[in-house]
Amino acid sequence: MDQALKELAEHLRDQLGAKLTEAEVRLGELTITVQRDSIVEVLKSLRDDSNCMFHQLMDVCGVDYPDESPRFEIVYNLLSMTHNTRIRVKLRTDEDDPVPSVAGVFSTANWFEREIWDMYGVFFSDHPDLRRLLTDYGFEGHPLRKDFPLTGYVEVRYDDEQKRVVYEPVKLTQEFRNFDFESPWEGMERVVLPGDEKAEAEPEEEETEAS
Amino acid sequence: MAETQIKNFNLNFGPQHPAAHGVLRLVLEMDGEVVERADPHIGLLHRGTEKLIEYKTYAQAVPYFDRLDYVAPQNQEHAFVLGAEKLLGIEVPKRGQYIRVLYCEIGRILNHILNITAFAMDVGAMTPMLWGFEIRERLMEFCESASGARLHMNYFRVGGVAQDLPAGLLEEIGKWADEEFPAFMDDLESLLTGNRIFKQRTVDIGVINAEQCFDWGFTGPNLRASGIAWDLRKAQPYDAYAEMDFDIPVGKMGDCYDRYLVRMIEMRESLKIIKQCVENMPSGPVKSTNKKVTPPTRGDMKQSMEALIHHFKLFTEGFHVPAGETYTAVEAPKGEFGVYLVADGSNKPFRCKIRAPGFAHLQATEFLSKGHMLADVVANIGSIDVVFGEIDR
Repeated sequence: MDQALKELAEHLRDQLGAKLTEAEVRLGELTITVQRDSIVEVLKSLRDDSNCMFHQLMDVCGVDYPDESPRFEIVYNLLSMTHNTRIRVKLRTDEDDPVPSVAGVFSTANWFEREIWDMYGVFFSDHPDLRRLLTDYGFEGHPLRKDFPLTGYVEVRYDDEQKRVVYEPVKLTQEFRNFDFESPWEGMERVVLPGDEKAEAEPEEEETEAS
Repeated sequence: MAETQIKNFNLNFGPQHPAAHGVLRLVLEMDGEVVERADPHIGLLHRGTEKLIEYKTYAQAVPYFDRLDYVAPQNQEHAFVLGAEKLLGIEVPKRGQYIRVLYCEIGRILNHILNITAFAMDVGAMTPMLWGFEIRERLMEFCESASGARLHMNYFRVGGVAQDLPAGLLEEIGKWADEEFPAFMDDLESLLTGNRIFKQRTVDIGVINAEQCFDWGFTGPNLRASGIAWDLRKAQPYDAYAEMDFDIPVGKMGDCYDRYLVRMIEMRESLKIIKQCVENMPSGPVKSTNKKVTPPTRGDMKQSMEALIHHFKLFTEGFHVPAGETYTAVEAPKGEFGVYLVADGSNKPFRCKIRAPGFAHLQATEFLSKGHMLADVVANIGSIDVVFGEIDR
C-alpha cells in the first residue's frame, strides 16, 4: 500500500511540477501540499488523470494554526474508487488571501466551502453563492477559529414582553473553566529544573562506558 | 386575450414540518406545482460539536459522536475510535472487534428501519412506522443490555469497547436474528415493495446517475442505488469486516424506489453479519491490553493504590496521542462517515472535522427536485436519508 502511494507521489511530482510543494506518506496516507492559486488545476488533473481518477471529493475542511503564517490550512480529502486510494491535498492561506473555489470541478465543494467561510472566515473567489451556512442568520465572527471563545459572545432567550427571541451578551454565573490536567511528569523532557542542567552532559559518558 | 404576468411563488418548507426529517428549512421557488429552485437552509441544530471536541480529551469526545446521527450512534463512534487508534498505533483484540462489528450492524438496521418507515410515512403509508418502531425497541434493548443506554450508547472506546457483553445476550440476539427479524422483514416487504401507491410515488422520482453521484459526493446506499458497487466494508475493510461474508446490493435506476430497495436488501445482509458475529464470537479480552489507554479493572482498583491512581489519571488527563493526522472513514448506514483528526501530541484533539454523509446528500436536494412536483420533494428528502444531527453538527 505504501509503495503504491509513493509511486503515485512520484507521478504527481512529475506531473504537477512547481504547483506541488511537498508530498509525504505517513500512516499509510498520502498528503500533498500545493500552491494556493493552482488548486483548481490540481484537482482537475487529479480527477481526470488515468493514474489518479480521484472522482470523489469527500471532504473539504479548514484548520486554524494561530501561531503560524499563513494561518489557515485548507484540506481536501479525495477518494478514487477506481484505484481504491485516498489522497489529501493541502494549501495554506490567511484572512486576506482568497482561495480559488473548486465548486466548478466538484459540485459538492459548494457547501463545504460555504462552511469554511462561515467557520474560519476564509474567502473563496469565484464561489457561486458564498453565504454563511451553519450559523444563525446575522451571526458575527468565525466560531472555529482558535481565538473564538467556546462560550461565544451572544446568547438568546425568548422575551415575553416583546414576544420574540432576543440576543444578549453571554452571562456566565461562573467564569468559564478549562482545567489543565496534563501531568507535570510527562512534560519533564522539555523542562530543565534548577540544578538539572548539570546532568545534561553525563549520559554520554555512561553510554561510552557501556559500549 | 390579454397576457397576464405569472409570478413564481416562494414557499417556505419547514423548519417545523413532519416531512422535513428534523429541522430543515427549505425555501422553494414554485412555478405552479413545479419546483424551480430549492434552497435548503441548514444549521438550525448546529451545536458546535467540532469546537467542543477540541476542548475535550479523546475519551470525552466519544459521546459527541452519538449525538450526530442519533439514529445509528454506534457507527459514528466507530469512525472516531478507529482514527484515534490509527494515530496511537494500537491493536484491538478480536473479541472487541467482533463486538464492534455486531453493534455497527445493529446500528445499520436501526437506521434503515427508521429511514424506510419514515420514508413510507412521507409518501402516505402509516403502518410501517408503527410496526418498525416495535422492532427498533427490541434492538435498543440489546444496546441497553450492553452499555446501559438505549440510544446514545457511548460504548466504543479507543482500544475496544467499554465492557464485555452480559451473559446470555448473544443467544438472545441470535434468536432475534433467526426468528423475529426475518418475519418482520417479510411483513414490511409485503406492505411496501409491491405496493402500487408506494411505487407511484417513488419510481422514477429523483433520478441520479453514477457520474452525477460522483460529482455530488454521494456515498452509501444512495450511490449503490445508482449502480456503483462500492462499500467501504468490502473495499477498505476495518475491524473484523474482512472476515465477514456478505454481499453488496446494487440498484439500477438511481431513483427513490431503488434507494428504498437497496436499503431493504442491506438489512438482510446486515442480518447475515450479525449471525456470523454471534456464531463466531471469539473469547478473550474486549479492550486493548495497552495500559496507556485502557483503564484498570474495578477489582484492581479496590486492591491497589497504583491502579486507583492509574484510573484517576486516565479519566482526568486522559492519554496523549502522538502528533499526526488521519482521515478515517467508515461505512455508516447513510454513507461514508469520515473523521479528519489532527493530533498535536497533547491529550486533546487539535482539530476534529466530521464528514457527514447527509451533508453531501442534502446538498443535492435542488438537483434532485428541480422540475418535480412539490410532493416529490418530500419523497426525495425521505429517500436520501437525512438526519440533522450529523448535517448541522
